[in-house]
Amino acid sequence: MSLVRILFYFLSFIAIASALYAAASKNLVRSIFVFFVTLFALAGLYVLALADFVAVTQVVIYVGGILVLILFAFMLSGKETLNVIQQPNSKLFSVKKLPAILLASLFFIVLLNVVLKADVDNLSWVKDSVNLKNEITPNAIMIDNIGVNLMTRYLLPFEAISILLLMALVGAAHLSRKQVKA
Amino acid sequence: MITLTDFMVVSAMLFCIGLYMIVSKHNAIQILIGIELILNAAILNLVAFGKYDKVNNSGQIFALFAIVLAAATTAVALAIVLNVYRRYKTIDPDKLTNLKD
Repeated sequence: MSLVRILFYFLSFIAIASALYAAASKNLVRSIFVFFVTLFALAGLYVLALADFVAVTQVVIYVGGILVLILFAFMLSGKETLNVIQQPNSKLFSVKKLPAILLASLFFIVLLNVVLKADVDNLSWVKDSVNLKNEITPNAIMIDNIGVNLMTRYLLPFEAISILLLMALVGAAHLSRKQVKA
Repeated sequence: MITLTDFMVVSAMLFCIGLYMIVSKHNAIQILIGIELILNAAILNLVAFGKYDKVNNSGQIFALFAIVLAAATTAVALAIVLNVYRRYKTIDPDKLTNLKD
């Protein structure tokens, strides 16, 4: 068992355990802060998949942007959202949650079956890429290649996303401004 | 070496946790966290398969696009949550039963 494998199990355990805690917790604030941990662990998993630039982007955008945004929305929406905490309900699994748990676990079994049956490690194009040395190796530096590709091969989606971001920005600002009484 | 199947199993678990959050939570912000979990599971798959494309980097670049789009989605969704709170004084999606008029 190599060190990389141990690290992979460790990070995926942290990611899944913290995601489970965020799902099980009734406290919204705790749920948000544990989601931080999930996102950091996922960034670590991206590094193990040899995508360091995506990992850095994950930390910058998700942890720096989205979570701060969620915290802002939580603070601006007042104490109504905290009402759930006050209700004394100490049971871990209530009957009301049973259909959701059933749905999620059955869907997980289906997904697991699909993944194991698909046998993704022996896909033809994956084998081809290993044979043709088209596989990213741990000592390769991919960032300059990503930059060149972003500006040549993927220029159209890049520009489309820039327009979409502008629209989302204007739309969010328009939606969240105070309503003017006419 | 970490195989592709390992990554896919982890991402399947994250997906199902996100699905559970979306179905069961009574709070729009926690539902949003569930959606983010599902998006992250998808991004993990993209990144894991992108390892086998050194020349074009398609997996990693579309993972970047997905992260940026998730940011845009969250911004709009949270603006909607704020508006809903202002109008109904609650963000429980089960209690939003009226339209504007």
